Amino acid sequence: MSAVIENHHDDHHHGPAKGITRWLYTTNHKDIGTLYLWFSFAMFLIGGAMAMVIRAELFSPGMQIVEPEFYNQMITLHGLIMIFGGVMPAFVGLANWLVPMMIGAPDMALPRMNNLSFWILPFAFFILLSSLFMEGGAPNFGWTFYAPLSTTYAPPSVTFFIFSVHIMGASSIMGSINVVVTIMNMRAPGVGLMKMPLFVWSWLITAYLLIAVMPVLAGAVTMMLMDIHFGTSFFNAAGGGDPVLFQHIFWFFGHPEVYIMILPAFGIVSHIIETFSRKPLFGYASMVWAMLSIAILSFVVWAHHMFTVGMPLAAEIFFMWATMLIAVPTGVKVFNWVATMFRGSITFETPMLFACAFVVLFTIGGLSGLMLAIVPADFQYHDTYFVVAHFHYVLVPGAIFSIMAAVYFWIPKWSGNMYDERLGKLHFWLSFIGVNVTFFPQHFIGLAGMPRRYPDYALQFADWNMVSSVGAFLFGFSQLLFLFIVVKTVMGGKKATDQVWEGAKGLEWTVASPAPYHTFSTPPKVD
Amino acid sequence: MFLNFFKYLNKKILFVILFITAPLINADWFALNMTRGITDISNEVFELHMLIFWICVVIGVLVFGVMFYSMYAHTREKNPVPATFDDNHKLEIAWTIIPFLILIAMAVPASKTLIKMYDDTAGDINIQVTGYQWKWQYRYLEDDVSFFSNLATDWDEINNLVPKGENYLQEVDEMVVIPTGKKVRFLITANDVIHSWWMPAFAIKQDAIPGFVNTAWTKVDVPGIYRGKCTELCGKNHGFMPIVVKVVEQNEYEEWVGIKKEEAQKLAELTTKEWTAEELVSRGQSVYEVNCVACHQTNGQGIAGIFPALVGSDIVLNNKERNIEILMEGVQGAAMNSFSYLSEVEIASVITYTRQSWGNDEKGDGEVVVPKDIVDYKEPKI
Ligand code: HEC
Ligand code: HEM
Ligand SMILES: [Cu+2]
Ligand SMILES: [Cu+2]
Repeated sequence: MSAVIENHHDDHHHGPAKGITRWLYTTNHKDIGTLYLWFSFAMFLIGGAMAMVIRAELFSPGMQIVEPEFYNQMITLHGLIMIFGGVMPAFVGLANWLVPMMIGAPDMALPRMNNLSFWILPFAFFILLSSLFMEGGAPNFGWTFYAPLSTTYAPPSVTFFIFSVHIMGASSIMGSINVVVTIMNMRAPGVGLMKMPLFVWSWLITAYLLIAVMPVLAGAVTMMLMDIHFGTSFFNAAGGGDPVLFQHIFWFFGHPEVYIMILPAFGIVSHIIETFSRKPLFGYASMVWAMLSIAILSFVVWAHHMFTVGMPLAAEIFFMWATMLIAVPTGVKVFNWVATMFRGSITFETPMLFACAFVVLFTIGGLSGLMLAIVPADFQYHDTYFVVAHFHYVLVPGAIFSIMAAVYFWIPKWSGNMYDERLGKLHFWLSFIGVNVTFFPQHFIGLAGMPRRYPDYALQFADWNMVSSVGAFLFGFSQLLFLFIVVKTVMGGKKATDQVWEGAKGLEWTVASPAPYHTFSTPPKVD
Repeated sequence: MFLNFFKYLNKKILFVILFITAPLINADWFALNMTRGITDISNEVFELHMLIFWICVVIGVLVFGVMFYSMYAHTREKNPVPATFDDNHKLEIAWTIIPFLILIAMAVPASKTLIKMYDDTAGDINIQVTGYQWKWQYRYLEDDVSFFSNLATDWDEINNLVPKGENYLQEVDEMVVIPTGKKVRFLITANDVIHSWWMPAFAIKQDAIPGFVNTAWTKVDVPGIYRGKCTELCGKNHGFMPIVVKVVEQNEYEEWVGIKKEEAQKLAELTTKEWTAEELVSRGQSVYEVNCVACHQTNGQGIAGIFPALVGSDIVLNNKERNIEILMEGVQGAAMNSFSYLSEVEIASVITYTRQSWGNDEKGDGEVVVPKDIVDYKEPKI
């Protein structure tokens, strides 16, 4: 508190508290954004280390370094940590940093809840990771935790898993309420809804999706808990329950969840492409409508993950057509990005490189998604490496590339220093090559017939698996370079201007670099 | 420097490297696409796959073509003054409507194929397929033939102790046999967790779900051996429960059914025979290796925290009744399932084996269990 007293004469411009308490007690959106971003990076490295274990085991046929039982624990934790610890908190971190600055607000609407929603997260992941050391091992039923493998047949640590999912859910719900309230109530005068930057729009929609589906996930794990400890039979066929019900509930959460992980990326990429093309974004209104329709449609396509569970014909056909429909608004977004670049005046700084790679590789993932929607063909693709290739194309060069692009794009504003462009480009090319060498061959492996979640495989899959593993190691180790670049930028470097990028537009570029601890204490004028 | 490197590369390391790369010789760099099917349906699915694939390629080429052109031609050097347009309604309407039409063109043939696949009428031959952790059971409903199909690959191959065979992880101890030219219907279910029965050559993938019976059918005209896998994570040995179907001509099929029935007959006779402890133990060992090692391990020690040790277990040592009961009923709410689907001989011998091995015979009562005990257990209790 001494910091506050020292600066008291300077009322609104006091800086952060000193020492560890700054981070523990902070209610400042920028500090909390930073915490989220570092936390997600740590989780990205832990989840990544697990991916390295998986790819090392799959490097050649036969069991070499782990047991099948531990292998299953690795794929489960890898999935959970990347999704709930890596991608989602990173987007929340970006929202914290950027949403208030983009709409001209002094902070998030509910700062104390903001602190809470971050600080419960480390406990959730501590609990989840500690299950590795429990008797019977960590959860081993896949990130989709289908019952009854995750109930009757689960290791005892499943109870801790359930608790940890509850905490993550609470954190997400609080985070998204905060985003919605901030955007709805704290826009500077003149920032109408249809004038909001696209990143803000994307987060507004994402937050609604989160509020709608996280309680569903909580319900699913609670029913599991009841089945395991209190003798109910929600998902236990022997007791009159229904294991397929679990999958319907899970995917009613799960499909919107995949859009939760991509909508903010759409927002980010729109800003970056617009900036480096030096040309206004093509089709702003249609971008907003496309995101809204994707979000709404995402509630009626969940069963496309369940085409093989034996649904009635009518249901299969409905979910096939509904899923294919999503490709229309998704296509509109891609076309808009390309049209934005068309006849622009483009330069390729690191954020733009990542954004361009995003557009191409995300589209490849979208196209394979379209193939997966064709039910008869999905009978052949489902639960093979083809699906693994699909969702890694949308998640790694999709969600993760957009996060990296965002860091390069805004870090000069956050830290006041420019990152090292040469290293940034090197990081991009290593990641780009690594990602494609890892995941492109997985299309081949899947079509040739290798199921997913297999610790060992028949000999005809050996070649491309080896290639994929080599790519994975390349990608994995390149991320240490990213860590180095970020640390180097935070420590020092060429000073950034306020505008930072020649083509940058938006309120966040009007404040000083680094952004002062408190911005827009009086609302800016926007016309 | 290179020479130096080879000096350090002693024989052992060389061996390891050889071992790891040897499979590559068997590998198939050209296994890039789905394999064409062998039934009408699976061929149709293949055509559908190629159709959407090429549509996606064309879309990709067009979109990326324009994008790469911009990246090449509209850089700051080549186009220093950017255009300022930010919408074009005609274009936007076009790129909403056209994809829509393309999608319909894909969805219509897909729906047609799907309707054909969903033909749910009874087959000429009906086979009940049941998934177990981690094996498949096949029951021919018309013929009263029933057997289990286990992975036949040696664990030494999996653990890299001996070279891997040609059909590594794709071979079973007993194949499903079906005749050509007949409609075969599979009724797919599971006994414990969810599994999924996938036979790529027939384009069948159906989840095997406890408490549900899913159906799928096929009609194969080409004799041959076809290999498939379990495609739903079902625990530790999910990767080790392959599926092999052998398609033969009708007469060969009938012959096979005859042999299977005879085997069943013989087994029934075995139940009434007088058994010595040695006979039971040696038979029980093979039953144990197929059915129990996955959890209780070869040495009977189990895995701490998940699967209890049978060595020194009070039930195994001194409680014959409870021991039989556990095998027959399983343990509610635990991974220990009922094994009542095994024959009386198998159950009796495996129990005897566990009671007489690993020093259990010295510590416990060492009583043997004979097939008659199991028959008695099965008699309705009054
Ligand atoms: C899928 C894993 C699995 C398989 C396969 C399996 N068991 Fe078990 N078994 C268990 C578990 C788990 C328990 C503990 C059940 C409990 O909670 O009491 C158990 C308990 C037992 C017990 C009681 C031990 C005690 O001290 O409580 C016996 C006896 C036994 N199993 C015998 C067998 C035999 C014989 C086989 C092979 C025919 C077999 N099991 C196959 C998982 C398995
Ligand atoms: C055009 C848009 C898309 C379509 C049509 C589509 C379609 C599909 C389909 C049909 C499946 C199920 C495949 C199967 O299991 O057989 C699937 C799986 C998956 N998709 Fe997509 N998808 C699209 C975009 C996305 C996006 C944007 C993401 C996330 C950022 C995503 C993430 C996933 C994930 C994680 C899975 C696998 C889930 C699992 O089974 O573990 N998809 N997709
Ligand atoms: Cu989905
Ligand atoms: Cu399986």
